[in-house]
Amino acid sequence: MRVMAQMAMVMNLDKCIGCHTCSVTCKQAWTNRSGVEYAWFNNVETRPGQGYPRTYEDQQRWQGGWVRDRRGRLRLRAGGRLRKLATIFSNPVLPTINDYYEPWTYDYETLVEAPLGEHTPVARPKSLISGEDMKISWSANWDDDLGGGPELTSHDPLLAKISADIKLSYEQVFMFYLPRICEHCLNPSCVASCPSGAMYKRSEDGIVLVDQDRCRGWRMCVTGCPYKKVYFNHRTGKAEKCTFCYPRIEVGLPTVCAETCVGRLRYIGVVLYDADRVLEAASVADPTELYRAQRSVLLDPNDPEVAAAAEAGGIPRDWVQAAQRSPVWALISTYQVALPLHPEYRTMPMVWYIPPLSPVVDALRETGHDAEDVDNLFGAVDALRIPAAYLAELFTAGDVGIVDGVLRRLAAMRAYMRGVSLDGTRDESVAARVGMSGSQVEDMYRLLAIAKYEDRYVIPRAHAELGDPGQKAHELEELATGCSLDVEGGPGMGGWGPFGESSGRLAPVAVETFHVLKTRQRPGAEPGPTGGPGDEEPAAPPPGAETGPTGGPGDDQSAAPR
Amino acid sequence: MSGADVLVWVVLPYVSTAVFAVGLWWRWRYDKFGWTTRSSQVYESRLLRLGSPLFHFGILLVLLGHVGGLLVPESWTNAVGIGEGTYHVVAVGLGSVSGLATVVGLAILIYRRRTVGPVFSATTRNDKAMYVVLGLTILVGVANTLGNVTGGYDYRQSVALWVRGVLSFNVDAALMAGAPLGFQVHAVLACVLFAMWPFTRLVHVFSVPLGYLARPYVVYRSRDQRETLGSRGPRPGWEPTSRHEPREPVRARRTR
Ligand code: SF4
Ligand code: SF4
Repeated sequence: MRVMAQMAMVMNLDKCIGCHTCSVTCKQAWTNRSGVEYAWFNNVETRPGQGYPRTYEDQQRWQGGWVRDRRGRLRLRAGGRLRKLATIFSNPVLPTINDYYEPWTYDYETLVEAPLGEHTPVARPKSLISGEDMKISWSANWDDDLGGGPELTSHDPLLAKISADIKLSYEQVFMFYLPRICEHCLNPSCVASCPSGAMYKRSEDGIVLVDQDRCRGWRMCVTGCPYKKVYFNHRTGKAEKCTFCYPRIEVGLPTVCAETCVGRLRYIGVVLYDADRVLEAASVADPTELYRAQRSVLLDPNDPEVAAAAEAGGIPRDWVQAAQRSPVWALISTYQVALPLHPEYRTMPMVWYIPPLSPVVDALRETGHDAEDVDNLFGAVDALRIPAAYLAELFTAGDVGIVDGVLRRLAAMRAYMRGVSLDGTRDESVAARVGMSGSQVEDMYRLLAIAKYEDRYVIPRAHAELGDPGQKAHELEELATGCSLDVEGGPGMGGWGPFGESSGRLAPVAVETFHVLKTRQRPGAEPGPTGGPGDEEPAAPPPGAETGPTGGPGDDQSAAPR
Repeated sequence: MSGADVLVWVVLPYVSTAVFAVGLWWRWRYDKFGWTTRSSQVYESRLLRLGSPLFHFGILLVLLGHVGGLLVPESWTNAVGIGEGTYHVVAVGLGSVSGLATVVGLAILIYRRRTVGPVFSATTRNDKAMYVVLGLTILVGVANTLGNVTGGYDYRQSVALWVRGVLSFNVDAALMAGAPLGFQVHAVLACVLFAMWPFTRLVHVFSVPLGYLARPYVVYRSRDQRETLGSRGPRPGWEPTSRHEPREPVRARRTR
């Protein structure tokens, strides 16, 4: 047994209102830069729907994730090492910008600068890729709320999987939102696909990152990830992906998407797992067994043997304690209501989902039934095959039984808590029907419905002292509190690398990018890479240059705002 | 031998080699972030799928040919029983095939770069300059190969000796001064190309990921091994006292 710790997330889909706040705050924090305009580390899809990038779940086409070969071994679906090297000059299955969408901005300038005329001036959409006028015809959430109707939705690869008669009864519409980030998989196929070895899984917390200094832009990871959650920055020529907001996580703060989630539906915590068993579990023959196999890799942090092995393996005690209090562990294993997204990709994803009961409840209510009654709810879970089959395609590789079980537990909780709220009855028989006790149901209710901040996020801080003594703690403190315009060569000092802004040493990831953005958001900021030794036009001095806290030796430029 | 000969055939190659070596070291040291293929495949895939492998495999063969023709002494090939005639047939055969593949591939890539809007706007001046020098070098090289089909000029008795002379610090300018113009131009262009190399996207040549064949699929790394993205060193003079090793001084980069 080799115990490792993993930061994991659970999302309670019943509470998602599809507001995209998470996507927007994530974008502002991480991808509001040119080169990744089209990238949404966090995106929210309406299901059924095509998703983002379009039809990414169709692995026949996009070749992501792992497959089990005839000898029972795992292979990268897009091909192993030799094949990767042989196709390195042009990746055969790379999604192009148009499979995501062509990002655009509006020509706001004409609104204020157009000469007086008969017609009101309009701000035309301009492509951020070519700079030309463009017609907007797709985006990251074009089919939001089933927009575009059946023509668009019918391209959902999951609908194609569940049989034809289900498509016919499409009139019985159901819909829910699916927020997605990188899954920070236990068996990440993106990492396995990277020829340079630039992608890695952090051994302390399992966060999967791209080393920007080592990435050489071979873009195999984009193909390798079945969730299409690695993006190619076409300006810097490097891969970028969701970072699980590790600078925040390291100091004990939840990710930006979780912190700002309007529905308060995200849970973050540590789970312990047995790293020696990951490969074996990811290789089980029957895809519908993958959910159970994945759960079996997780270790019970309350088991004294596990705790001892964890500490022996160098996991700090407070991390083990955090794992014991982890809401993620509780939702996955104690209450067994959280399911992994597409376990059949065999990457062992670590963002789990509580499937939505709302399609069932809504349908009941519409037919005039009592949507809080346990018998009605159970009957509806059984009767409404389409949502259940669809959810099963998402979360259990098609095993409807598991989804049914989860929905029943949620339904029982609903019925039980109705009794409690209406007249204080605690009907143990309702709880017993899903094999729980009344107090367990109430605990689950507290976690799911009350969902206090401190219950949702149990995030132990990173242990700086375990690595380079004294260094990290200091830096992290600064990171969390300091203003950081004063990086050598950073935008705060008006400097970029010698080959334009997509070169040079790395600017730290927090406040600095803000200033890059400011210059970019002005009209006239050019798309496409700038720079090269021949490029002598002065870069627009970022606003921080005049007010930056340090006047370093690099600060000798004349600040002439555009 | 005129001073110009010495300048072109002795000074230039050494200047170029020095810039090449020091430039690479410097770029590696200071610009790992800029060290990338900067692929444009996300903009356009169809033409690239044709042109890129054609060009790259072609140029790899060309490289192989140069190693065989320039670095391997004629006496060695003779020793293993490859006579001048056989050598020449193989060299011209392989040379024209690989050269042609390279040229066609490059033509497709340049056509793509010029006509596909997003790719063109992602092209820096640096790229353009590099394309010009690289394209000219290749064109002149292919012309030399095709122009020498009859084997009229034995570059293994002159150009190759000069190249090996440069590498062994025993250079003889006269060897090149007597070479046909085409070979001279090709050599000068190559020197320029080598000098440009570290400062262009050509650096990606040195990133052939052969290590991929040997490493385990999933890479684990501790967050403490190096300064990760998002953590920064303290400003000079503000280092915490508990730091054991003296920190390497942070060099300020002068801005334009
Ligand atoms: S979801 Fe994240 S960790 Fe998993 S394969 Fe994709 S990018 Fe890698
Ligand atoms: S912020 Fe929360 S509720 Fe809004 S879309 Fe994102 S996950 Fe859903």
